[in-house]
Amino acid sequence: MSADRCRTGQWVEVERVLLEPADRAANLPEETAGKPLLVWVKGFALGETAPGDECEVETMTGRIVRGRLSDPDPAYTHTFGAQPTEIAAVGRDLRARLAAWRAAAAGGPGDPKAGE
Amino acid sequence: MTGRTEAIMARKGEIMRRALGMDYAEFERSPIAFDYEAMMAAHGYSLDDIVAIQAAVGVGSTPLLELRNLTDLVRSYAEPGHGARIFVKDEAANMAGSFKDRRASMSIHVAREKGYAGVIAATSGNYGAAVASQAARASLACIICQEAFDSTHLGQPEIIEKARICEAFGAEVVQMTVGPELFAHMLELLDETGYFAASLYSSFGVSGIETLGWELATEMRERTGAPPTHVVITHAGGGNTTGTARGLKRAGATETQIVSASVDLSGLHMASDTDFNRKSFTTGHTGFGVPFATWPDRADVPRNAARSLRYMDRYLTVSQGEVFYVTEALAKLEGLERGPAGNTAMAAAMSLARDLPRDATVVVQETEYTGAGKHHWAQLNFARERGVEVRAGDPRQNVPGKSIVIPERPEQIRATEMDLGRMRRSYVRNALAHAPDGYEPTPEDIAFLAEDTNSTPEAVEGIVAGLRAGA
Repeated sequence: MSADRCRTGQWVEVERVLLEPADRAANLPEETAGKPLLVWVKGFALGETAPGDECEVETMTGRIVRGRLSDPDPAYTHTFGAQPTEIAAVGRDLRARLAAWRAAAAGGPGDPKAGE
Repeated sequence: MTGRTEAIMARKGEIMRRALGMDYAEFERSPIAFDYEAMMAAHGYSLDDIVAIQAAVGVGSTPLLELRNLTDLVRSYAEPGHGARIFVKDEAANMAGSFKDRRASMSIHVAREKGYAGVIAATSGNYGAAVASQAARASLACIICQEAFDSTHLGQPEIIEKARICEAFGAEVVQMTVGPELFAHMLELLDETGYFAASLYSSFGVSGIETLGWELATEMRERTGAPPTHVVITHAGGGNTTGTARGLKRAGATETQIVSASVDLSGLHMASDTDFNRKSFTTGHTGFGVPFATWPDRADVPRNAARSLRYMDRYLTVSQGEVFYVTEALAKLEGLERGPAGNTAMAAAMSLARDLPRDATVVVQETEYTGAGKHHWAQLNFARERGVEVRAGDPRQNVPGKSIVIPERPEQIRATEMDLGRMRRSYVRNALAHAPDGYEPTPEDIAFLAEDTNSTPEAVEGIVAGLRAGA
């Protein structure tokens, strides 16, 4: 069998269609109304299944949920990403500004608000 | 709507009665009015009881920090004699990283006392982490329903992180695409499991926040000799404003101005599959803040315990770019790296403090945890990948869903005042619209509406007459 098939007892994710577009709530925006309402649940696979095939899982609370095997090995890969350029200098600039203002307030030159 | 959805919605009252263990019908007085204080007191826990319950599960007594660097920064550009002292209640120090632990601790306590085997909550936010954490301590099963993805299975990094932390605490996370039908599915799950509905909007949860207002008033008295002159509260569904304000009143801080603050997301539709991932805040925004303030009973309980118009003296909005800037500034100037959504009130507080005299005291009453995904860098990168323009400039040019403009200087942080009169009018219109056709509000209804909008019976009668004339 393909290595892609999940093993019985493997922690997997299944997807199922909860509502077809025709069955969705009234008054939804067009871009939502035209889409099915989908749900994803993770659990322990109750049988060997190939990705995309129907299977049942037992969830962490012990519910049995049937759906299409959408991910045999779900992972979290969210990150911080690169430092956005727009905020890179915020700390440097604000610290410098604070230091200059405090120096002026302490009697140094240059700040009209010194001595307030 | 399908037969299945209709069938479950038709059983909403019965399912929620069982799942909350209380019958809201006993508080109803008319098609408009209900006995709010009787509902809030029905659980029978005093403030001291709640403090003790929370202390036993690691919730509350968070540090109150004075932000001297941020205060001086504001004073550096405020008018002479201006620039209030800014403080923050570091609620990220709670068990699961936010003030939501206060809410969850009470819901889970009640669930355990009443003998439920598990709890269910519908939330894409910090409340999920809080419920999952408290449920783990109480040895209860937990299901969190999240509106998590657009129809292509793409999700906000912040929501993905919330799913992760819920799973880390042993919860089952049910993730759905965009749409209000999430509520019907939550009812199905409550019906299937027999679990307790750990609603954000129950009296248990909102009572749990009262300790936050009480603590900060008491601590400010010790620190400065008086309760704060202003408390700024990040506002979404209204629980944070309601619970904090009630706690302040219990502590005798009746003069403290209650200032709610939300991120301006005007123009974005909350049920839109395409707008869903074009917003960089999943809570604390006007998309919840305005509808919930002007019609609190849209919540998942028959009567919402979170009734923010009762308590707010002012409602300020700030832009996404301003909050991201302040989040960065808070980390760099105060050594406090905290989640962006919780800093919504911080951005509003900087604007507010600038206009107040130096002897005024402004308390920002929460922070939230941060980390991969749930971080301003992650949010800005995600926005940019979605085609939202991110640039430095004047934050007045921010357009929700299209651009995020990061201020170039702190002087550019300027909160916008919402018109509370207009919101009160909108609330009264909604209350009348939800009564049966032709129903005439009684004097008791008018008195209730006045209380619920922090207004007077005369003002409410004026609004009602105006609405009738315009109809």
